[in-house]
Amino acid sequence: MNDASSKAVVRLADAAVWLGGREVWSDANVEINEGSFVVVLGPNGAGKTTLLRLILGLESLDRGIAEVFGQQPHRGNRRVGYVPQRQTLQPELAVRGTDLVGLGVDGHHWGIPFFREAQKKKRTLVEDAINAVEAGSYADRQVGLLSGGEQQRLILAQALIARPRLLLLDEPLSNLDLRNQAAVVQFVARLAHDEGITVVLVAHDVNPLLPHLDQVAYIAKGKFATGKPDEIITTERLSDLYKAPVEIVEDSRGRIFVVGLEEESAHPH
Amino acid sequence: MHLLIDLPSIFNYDFMRNAFEAGTIVSIVAGVVGYFVVLRGLSFAGHALAHIGFAGATGAVVLGVSPFYGLIVFSTVASIGMGSLGRRLYGRDVAIGIVLAWTLGLGVLFLSLYTGYATEAYAILFGEILGISKSDVLVTLFAGIPTLLALGAIYRPLLFASIDEEVAEARGVPIRFLSVAFMVLLALAVSEATQVVGVLLIFSLLVTPPAIAQRLTARPARAILLSVLFALLFTWSGLTIAFYLPYPVSFFVTSFAFGTYILVRLGDYLKRVLAVKKPD
Repeated sequence: MNDASSKAVVRLADAAVWLGGREVWSDANVEINEGSFVVVLGPNGAGKTTLLRLILGLESLDRGIAEVFGQQPHRGNRRVGYVPQRQTLQPELAVRGTDLVGLGVDGHHWGIPFFREAQKKKRTLVEDAINAVEAGSYADRQVGLLSGGEQQRLILAQALIARPRLLLLDEPLSNLDLRNQAAVVQFVARLAHDEGITVVLVAHDVNPLLPHLDQVAYIAKGKFATGKPDEIITTERLSDLYKAPVEIVEDSRGRIFVVGLEEESAHPH
Repeated sequence: MHLLIDLPSIFNYDFMRNAFEAGTIVSIVAGVVGYFVVLRGLSFAGHALAHIGFAGATGAVVLGVSPFYGLIVFSTVASIGMGSLGRRLYGRDVAIGIVLAWTLGLGVLFLSLYTGYATEAYAILFGEILGISKSDVLVTLFAGIPTLLALGAIYRPLLFASIDEEVAEARGVPIRFLSVAFMVLLALAVSEATQVVGVLLIFSLLVTPPAIAQRLTARPARAILLSVLFALLFTWSGLTIAFYLPYPVSFFVTSFAFGTYILVRLGDYLKRVLAVKKPD
């Protein structure tokens, strides 16, 4: 037990979160190991983003234990990178992509940067991060005018520049076409499996992720189910867990769909 | 006719020297603070702070103190209240407007308590930079320098929080503190700018120059510099022309601001049209 918890990057034990006077989820027991690629699934409003915000220290637990790298979650943890869910940034935002990425280097520092040396180092870091996400062709343009997918890559570069050991991505695929979805999934899977960065990704559709996943966390009706994808996404397991007739449907191209949990009621009985 | 030859003679007059000095300080402060006003979408809040300051200014006149102090006190108190709302301030135009209307009413009451109100009210509402005294210039300087220093100190986290509040918060940037701190700096800038263009015309120094700058460049440092340069240009040319023509300075400052904005938008439009016409 001790051995397992020391290796876990994120650990929740009997955790429960309340928001705005209602329980979002409870009895959450989750362990995410270093370097694994985890997807968080579940209907709208089930509390997927809440899980990420909890890890970031932006929300707090009502009951139970939460640990990130063996410590209580807290804001400003340099080991945690975050790409929030977003439609798009404001279109009139008159800031270049490079400025946005540069915030990842020193955006939290006080004062005005005066030293040329530091500025030069920053420029190199920013350039490298932009090249890593292949955003070079539009990084000098005004971010507000870029597409959702382009903005997302820049924000990913901003998160990666701080060299996080845990990367939280909230619905990074929802604004993208299939080709871009595949590119992002490939990139993120490489981060997890080649560079050992633990990735927790919130998604609606598990299909583009399935070949790369190590773990699935399913949140619905206020409860968590975690484990390997083929253990969790089964008719028996999900039906049993949520006391509802859940069905896993497979289409002709081998894509799977969870039916029966889409309608998340605001008041779980 | 002999405008260029005459130009140095402007500075033979004390009131013109004072006006240029105060105008310069105010334009620099307004240009820098204004950049963040536009970036954070707070132009209505800035406008409202000036109107709330009107009640303070007229109240100060009743008490026999300089209206500038009343303006600073009222707008600063209001700014702390607004700033502590944080992101809940956005989209609160109705609530802000309701407070604004009430404080204007309060200002009217104070005015009626003061007998010689007509000229004072006019100065507060529309600016009276030609009536500025040497000690007013010093007050402006002593309010302006700390404003700029404080803004320099919070520059990077404020930029981060203005662009992407959620990520900034996760990175440990103190969002709420910055929100309040910036609103207080805005209150100071508004109080200063009121001396030049008055409560009603505050937009022309606080919003128009940075709005133009942000249409011309997407680099934050360059946009701030441009914003300051435009504010200086409007103020200086307004003062110079008003010296020769019998019309108010505020009219010229606001007209230059408006005219430049129209030109820049027109330029943007032409660029787009030409880009469409060239298929390759």
